[in-house]
Amino acid sequence: MLQGPIIIAASFAYLGALFAIAYYGDKRSDEGRSIIANPTIYALSLAVYCTTWTFYGSVGRAVSSGIGFLPIYVGPTLMVGLWWFVMLKIIRISKTNHITSIADFVASRYGKSQALGGLVTIIAVIGVIPYISLQLKAVSGSLAILFNYPEIVMPQRSAALPFSQDHTLYIALILAAFTILFGTRHLDATERHEGMVAAIAFESVIKLLAFVAVGLFVTFGIYDGFGDIFRRAENAPKLHALMGGGASSGNYGNWASLTLLSMMAIMFLPRQFQITVVENVNETHLRRAIWLFPLYLLLINIFVLPIAFGGVLHFPDGGVDADTFVLTLPMVERQEALALFVFIGGLSAATGMVIVETIALSTMVCNDLVMPVLLRQSWLGLIQRADLSGLLLSIRRGAIVVILILGYIYFRAAGEAYALVGIGLISFSAIAQFAPAIIGGIYWKGGTRLGAITGLSAGFAVWLYTLLLPSFAKSGWLPADFMQYGLFGLALLKPQQLLGFSGVDEITHCLFWSMLANIGCYVLVSLARRPSAVETSQATLFVDVFRQSQGVTSRSLWRGSAHVDDLVPLIGRFLGPERARTAFQDYARRRGVKSVAELAADADLVHYAEKLLAGAIGSASARVMVSSVVKEEPLGIDEVMNILDEASQVRAYSRQLEQKSRELEEATRELREANQRLRELDRMKDDFISTVSHELRTPLTSIRAFSEILCDDPKTDLADRKRFLSIITKETERLTRLINQILDMAKLESGKTEWHDEELDLREVVEQSVAATSSLFADRNVALDTHLTGTVPPVLADRDRIMQVVINLLSNAVKFVPAGGGRVAVRLTVEGEALRIDVEDNGPGIAAADQAVIFEKFRQGGDTMTEKPAGTGLGLPISRQIIEHYGGRLWVISQPEKGIAGATFSFTLPRGGHMRERSLQTGARAAAAA
Amino acid sequence: MLRATLKGQRLVAVILLGCVLLNYPFLRLVDGPQEVFGIPVLFAYVFGVWAALIALMAYIIEKRGDTR
Repeated sequence: MLQGPIIIAASFAYLGALFAIAYYGDKRSDEGRSIIANPTIYALSLAVYCTTWTFYGSVGRAVSSGIGFLPIYVGPTLMVGLWWFVMLKIIRISKTNHITSIADFVASRYGKSQALGGLVTIIAVIGVIPYISLQLKAVSGSLAILFNYPEIVMPQRSAALPFSQDHTLYIALILAAFTILFGTRHLDATERHEGMVAAIAFESVIKLLAFVAVGLFVTFGIYDGFGDIFRRAENAPKLHALMGGGASSGNYGNWASLTLLSMMAIMFLPRQFQITVVENVNETHLRRAIWLFPLYLLLINIFVLPIAFGGVLHFPDGGVDADTFVLTLPMVERQEALALFVFIGGLSAATGMVIVETIALSTMVCNDLVMPVLLRQSWLGLIQRADLSGLLLSIRRGAIVVILILGYIYFRAAGEAYALVGIGLISFSAIAQFAPAIIGGIYWKGGTRLGAITGLSAGFAVWLYTLLLPSFAKSGWLPADFMQYGLFGLALLKPQQLLGFSGVDEITHCLFWSMLANIGCYVLVSLARRPSAVETSQATLFVDVFRQSQGVTSRSLWRGSAHVDDLVPLIGRFLGPERARTAFQDYARRRGVKSVAELAADADLVHYAEKLLAGAIGSASARVMVSSVVKEEPLGIDEVMNILDEASQVRAYSRQLEQKSRELEEATRELREANQRLRELDRMKDDFISTVSHELRTPLTSIRAFSEILCDDPKTDLADRKRFLSIITKETERLTRLINQILDMAKLESGKTEWHDEELDLREVVEQSVAATSSLFADRNVALDTHLTGTVPPVLADRDRIMQVVINLLSNAVKFVPAGGGRVAVRLTVEGEALRIDVEDNGPGIAAADQAVIFEKFRQGGDTMTEKPAGTGLGLPISRQIIEHYGGRLWVISQPEKGIAGATFSFTLPRGGHMRERSLQTGARAAAAA
Repeated sequence: MLRATLKGQRLVAVILLGCVLLNYPFLRLVDGPQEVFGIPVLFAYVFGVWAALIALMAYIIEKRGDTR
């Protein structure tokens, strides 16, 4: 069943299916119903990373170095995790600046430099050619093996065949034709190919399914599961060394450098940049890709080791190339359908890579290499041509053919000396050269055009000398002398032992020297000279891309005058007149202008035109073209710095403004609170006055009432008169006391009280207070116990004031205990650095709710509405003021809720440092006087 | 919003962990003749750590309600 025509038919049927998917994708995209606007499709399309290198080559690599094939997939897994920051920034920059390729990105960052764009393109094309030849080798090899079914015959060396008989050449040409049909049917200003992305995602599914299918077949069909294969491998002397440990993974430096290399490759390979950045529909799709893409890599690698070991066990004599095990194992087991499926899987891995890579490269070749040169040749009269879009497409198509032919030439020249992975790593090392200029460019404003050019050139030169030329030498295309003895016979210049550095593999060796040269030159040359105006402005646009909402935009960095009539035809020449008109009409509509002719030719419009053009011919050429029809006033470095300064000042101002407004809010809040407090105080003052008036009126009323009785009724008998007069006297005394206390309180509160401090023996004070209140106790027949410690240290205080407090507490206590059975106790104790006096009674106690209230002015415990007030309501507040004046505390403890009768009022008087000092001085004076 | 966020920092932490675990000297440490379910311990370790990293990243990113 597995004959040539069937294989060919299946291949073309597969390519046809791809084409149908792409066509459908483009159609849906034109209708505005994108089928790739989906994070899963995005993640799958990223898997264009897995080429025939992965599909066929990993197994070959595993046979030679055990898990040494894995860093190529571990690296991207780690890198993708950082995309949250890095790739997001690159995507944002690219979308803001209409960047359509990696060359465009670098050129644009370093001042829209045509030279730099061209250099990056050259490096990318030369660097990627080995990688393309790898795909050709894999496809032609697998096709040749499949043709010989049921025999297992390794393909002949192509180099021995004349070109006309080498089917690899035809494969290259077919792939070129297919890619042209696929990617360059029309020109799009954004360089987005939705249909292609859909097809790539489909290819990712196919190659994964094919690989997993053959993996399952080998692991569980031929052998009896993973354990079985590993056990048999353990016993095979050839495989034992690969089972982890020993020579296989001993080279950890190599592991680390391959990881690093693949971390850079996943970002900067032209096809990865195309898929990840240019074809990205929505930034948020990155989220799922961050874990889904590594998962894909994991799945496609699970069966690599079983297939590798199974292959070696099956073909122990080494006559079958390990790079073909994926295909030859199903063949030798007579699984025709599976073998065909595997071949299609390999084909999908190869076509996916070739399509995206060559489309990306052809865009770069056209925009950054050919067009800048052609546009400079005034004798061609290109600038006057009405429609250049056809020319652009032709250049791209030509570039695709040339790139594939170059890949084929490399395949014939050097490809056969290497295994698949070896070829791929040469490309990875070239692509890694972009990392310093790009990563540096998006985080460091100091990188300059000259720095990037020298860095890239130096790194690329080292790569050429240490990897590419040796690859030609190994296959006999170049004399091997310079490999063995070094250039000019200088041993220090041996390409793969530069300056005598040996002991690592060629990839690590190249990575080290090329990165040293690249980063070194980039940094040193950048620092040597001040960046120019356009470099500074582009650096700011790139590095500060997330801050542009409130800072510099490329518009603010442009000044000049333009005419709409010049711009529209210019764009039309490259995009086609029809598309240009539509684009400008859209713009006019967005600006709220009726027709294109009415548009103001301001910086915005020029910028829009340049962006449109940048999509088609690259930012560097676009700049040249637009400035050819626009009168631009070049900005000097000082002006650019001023604009940037202004922008950063604007940012700073806006930050300050924010801060100010925050402060203002804070102040407003404080004011509001202060106002509320004032209102409260005002209300309290009103309350106070009304309470005071009320308190004063009560005795006054009674005095007046009795005076009137005495006045109106002269016949009142003497006993009554006497009684009335005594009431009047008592009420007057109460009035006086009240007024005195109010005055006292007012003085205390305003701080105008005079304090006559002296050394006090508190025992004496308590005794005097007890004596002063003894009549009260006697009247109500209440027992009073005094517990005074033998001696207490003196305190410095106003004797009368302290007495006032103690008397107040005692008289309160006596008022509230029941007449007859009441008991009051006074205690004086020393408590650390303070003296403490407790006045304890066995009265009804004070409810918890009242305990705070009683210390407020005119507030008394209990229900004041029904009970006759038993005091003025000022005693406790005054007492507390006095105690607090001396830094002490006055409080009450009472728990009537728990059925414990009585209340204990306590206060402390600190002896205080300054008081002791003063008392010592007094003591010293007293001693001196004596 | 995908900007510098708590999620982003967690991802960086996971990546750093991955860089350490999938490198010398950890690889050297698990490089031995032992087996896990019939699979050489080095292979089991590398694939296990790799899968765990992916699971962690997926968990961090897809976890709901914690976007900051």
